[in-house]
Amino acid sequence: MNVTVTIRRRAVIADPHGATVARALADLGHSGVRSLRIDRTIHLEIDGEEPETVRQQVAAMCDQLLANPVLEDYEITVHA
Amino acid sequence: MSVAVVVFPGSNCEHDVVHAIRALGGEAELVWHRDTDLAGADAVVLPGGFAHGDALRTGAIARFSPVMASVQSMAESGRPVLGICNGFQILCEAGLLPGALIANRDLAFICRMIEVEVTDTATVLTAAARLGQRLMIPLNSYEGNWVDPAGEGRVVVRYVGDPNGSQDRAAAVANAAGNVAGVMPHPERATESMLGSVDGRILLEGFLASVRATSNV
Repeated sequence: MNVTVTIRRRAVIADPHGATVARALADLGHSGVRSLRIDRTIHLEIDGEEPETVRQQVAAMCDQLLANPVLEDYEITVHA
Repeated sequence: MSVAVVVFPGSNCEHDVVHAIRALGGEAELVWHRDTDLAGADAVVLPGGFAHGDALRTGAIARFSPVMASVQSMAESGRPVLGICNGFQILCEAGLLPGALIANRDLAFICRMIEVEVTDTATVLTAAARLGQRLMIPLNSYEGNWVDPAGEGRVVVRYVGDPNGSQDRAAAVANAAGNVAGVMPHPERATESMLGSVDGRILLEGFLASVRATSNV
């Protein structure tokens, strides 16, 4: 099954990459950008038939390695 | 009394650390990250570099290296554990230190001598320093911006300025017991006058004194 994981840094934590890109946009004349944050997307192809089982497996991967619980939340989408 | 210096794939400061410890009269041996035992060492240093190429996040993969179980038990038994730069990042990922390290404010890669101030002397890193003592130590990092959303971290050395956005201007933090510490600047690179500063000795001598104190127990 195909699974997409979005790893998102919590809003209260700085995103220096996002802030730098926002400044670059302003320099290029794109005004009005109030906030810009860059997430990380991970695409996985995993053996399995049962979406819920696969979701739980990917959640375990996120808790263990893919996301840092100090900084980040994650969102899992299992594609049909 | 010996210090294990762990080598991960991508570590690049391990020889500097071994050299500095030996020059200060300590014993140090390199230990490969796949080794599961620290060969009878009394303390451990995780050196700087780019373990596993910093893939995913700095320290994220290194924390699962086989050697880390021994590092964890050393930390739990009260032995001195020190992470320098990338080693600091690994200790945070491993949950042995609070918080995490993200990219520097303005994405600046900082590579210069920097002034820091000791704010807590009851740790293995700062045992030989005076409270308020200022030290010149080289900083060499891109992801040295410490964040601690829970606000539980114990900041033991602070930047005098604010070079990278680090919370509470933290240059070094420790666990509650004081036996696990992480420092972003490199004390091992400030141990001989030809390097421009010998202030790093104060931190490493404190670490070695802590090793001696705990290895006799």
